[in-house]
Parts: sequence; structure tokens; C-alpha cells
Amino acid sequence: MIPAAFDYTAPSTVDEAVRALADAGEEAKVIAGGQSLIPVLRMRLAAPTTLVDIGRIPELRGIRDEGDALLIGATTTHYEVQRDPSVREHALLLKAATDTVADPQVRHRGTFGGAVAHADPAGDLLAPVLALDAELVLHGLEGPRTVAAADFFVDYFTTALRQDEILVGVRVPKHTGWGAHYEKFSRVAQAWSIVAVAAAVRVEGGVIAEARVGLTNMSSVPVRARAVESALVGQPATAEAIRAAAAHAAEGTSPTADGNADTAYRQHLARVLTSRAITAATGV
Amino acid sequence: MRITVTVDGTTYTDEVEPRQLLVHHLRDTIGKTGTVVGCDTSNCGSCTVHLDGQSVKSCSVLAVQVDGAEITTVEGLARDGVLHPVQQAFHDNHALQCGFCTPGMIMQSIDLLADDPDPDEHAVRHGLEGNLCRCTGYQNIVRAVQDAASKLKPGATHLVGGE
Repeated sequence: MIPAAFDYTAPSTVDEAVRALADAGEEAKVIAGGQSLIPVLRMRLAAPTTLVDIGRIPELRGIRDEGDALLIGATTTHYEVQRDPSVREHALLLKAATDTVADPQVRHRGTFGGAVAHADPAGDLLAPVLALDAELVLHGLEGPRTVAAADFFVDYFTTALRQDEILVGVRVPKHTGWGAHYEKFSRVAQAWSIVAVAAAVRVEGGVIAEARVGLTNMSSVPVRARAVESALVGQPATAEAIRAAAAHAAEGTSPTADGNADTAYRQHLARVLTSRAITAATGV
Repeated sequence: MRITVTVDGTTYTDEVEPRQLLVHHLRDTIGKTGTVVGCDTSNCGSCTVHLDGQSVKSCSVLAVQVDGAEITTVEGLARDGVLHPVQQAFHDNHALQCGFCTPGMIMQSIDLLADDPDPDEHAVRHGLEGNLCRCTGYQNIVRAVQDAASKLKPGATHLVGGE
């Protein structure tokens, strides 16, 4: 189908973009790569009156080393994240999850910030962003502000972004030397995750020193499996210890039932996939 | 809005509505009907073209977003009547039946080989996961891509066409 008509503007600075968003009012949407938004427009599930295209703002694209963190510009493409040596070295979990996003054509065009701001609970980048304690850098009429990932995701497709704000970047604390793995369960190629698990682990002398575990599609927002994280710390990096910790993965969750999986099955998947993800991340 | 795009080596300037999809611009305005529309859901990959050297699904890009860009479609691959090695490999290996997915398959295969010149079977299947074929069961498509890879290797005598 063809989208409903809209006005289009492609500003060249963040300030212009924020002004254009504010001027266009409630029915305006931000577009970057458009890989989530254009299909939605085409199916006429949304009909914004104005699109503000942030794809022509050079400062939003690219990955910057800030010392103890990486700042990933919002319009950096998935393809660029996959191939960035600093992401591989300091935020391997992001690369692992990005490798599984959609297909190569979509990864060429789709953006890291777009996927995060779209906040689809089945999206693969939300759980890693949460697990790595990332900060979201937003910019609005009143200037920039920073929101922790835990506070950014509010509900299905809903974030802390205000109408006049755009996501300009994601600051990811370095997790240098951590093992990482993203374990995704879906039925066919290109399908959204029914459940997926993002795990990053730091092992010291055969013992798990720190662990971060995030769950995809176990709620309307990404979920941190804190009980698993604390059960892992201090344990030997062995299959039994990992399995025992992973048994806590679904604690406190009440995932939705849908055509793909009911609640109990999703909880079962969370435990199994958590075990696999941590096993792969520790290299056991 | 007025946009200027270079498609298969020729520059076109046209008025487009912001909601115009790139695939419709290519087909209906510029006449590049080799690029086809296969689905309504961004799944099938039939409409794959190269946008500034990278494969994209042209049904999921707005024409206004490609102002100033360079696009290659399946129609821009052959040189002086000689098929691109990937086109020739699809022909030689019977990598199609109805042929509808073929323009997208070929464009994505060229992209895949640019990133990975010697892919194993798994890498080919993974690299083509955004392209659906409802006829072949993919066997001959995988064979064609690997055949093309062997002919595109440095030292191979085949002409390297396309971009």
C-alpha cells in the first residue's frame, strides 16, 4: 500500500529538527532509516501529518569513544554497529544482538537509535541497552538531557521521549573483556523474537565476577533478570552453576500470551535461553 | 518536492510526493520495471536495489530520502550486452523458476559477495535471509552464488560488471 500523505522536512542540525518537531505538533513523527516506520505507514497503521527526517544530520551518525563509554550516534546504522571495532571490543553484546536484527538490507538502512526509540518489546536492541546500563541522550527545545535505560522504556512502543525531543545518542559504558551472547528464539528467518536473552559476563580465574542479563519480549518493556545476575556472581563458570542461576530467569515476569507463545511457554523459554546465552557468553 | 537521483548511471530530476516509495519512483517515474514489488510487508526482498553501494529494500525507502544518491538496479548490471557474473551464474545454475524474486536475489547476492567473497553455504543462506523464493527451495540459488564467487575471485577471467 501507499502511505497517507504527509509533509516532509529534512533539517541539517539537531536544533532545527527539534524546532520542526515542536512546530509540527502532536501528529509529527521522526524518521531516520525508516525500517520500522515506513512499513507501519504503508499499512496505514499510522498517519502522521509531518515526518522530520534526521537522516541528514551529520553529527548524529557515528561512534565516539568517550573514555569510559561509547557514544553511539542515533542514526548510526546496524551495519556500522556490527562492523565497528570499538563496539566489538567494548560492547560485544550490542554487536551480538545487532547481528540478529532483521536481514542485511534492513541492517544497511535501519538505525541503532531508531530501533531503540521505536521501543518494540520484541526489538532486539532494547535488552542489551538495558543490560549494559546505557544512558539515552535526548535533545529537546530546552536542550539536552540524559535518561537511564531503566527509565527510558515506559510501555509498548512508548518511551520517555517528549513530543519535541529526539534521541541523539546512546551512551554505553565500556564492558571491555566481557564475554557476550544474544540468544534469540524465533520460528523463521526475519521473524521477531518470541523471546530472546542478552547476556554479558566477566569471568576471572574461572569464577563469574559480574553478569548482566536482559530479556526481550518478556514484558511490554525490556526486563533485567536481576535474580539470575546475583545468582551467578561468585559461582564457578560451569554448566551446572549456569543452569541453576538461569532457573531464576522468569522470576517476577508475566509475559503476554499471543499466537506464538503463552505465558508459561515464554517463561520456559526465558530459562532455557538464559542458560544458553550465559553458557555461550562464558565460553563454557 | 524536487529530487535528483542517479539510477544506473543516468541522472533524473523529478517532482515527487513525500509519500512516494523509492520502488514506485523507480518503476513508475523512471521506468525501471526490472525492480519488482513482491510483498506489502518488507519481507520478500524482490525490490532490492543498491543505494550508494549498499543493498536496501526499495519499498522501505522514501524517494525523498534518496535525493542526491546513486542507485543501481538489476537493469544496470549488464555491460555491453554481457551479463554480470552473478546474473550469468543464476542463468547457468537454473537458480530460478518463475523469476519474480530474481532481481532482488541477484542484487542481494552481489552485495553479499562484496562483503564476503568466498561464502560457505551457511553464509549464503544467512546473507539471503531477507529474500524469499517460493519456487526453487533455494538449492540452486545457493549454488549460483557460490559459482559466481568462484568466477569473481581474483585471477578469474570473467568480466566484473556492475558498479
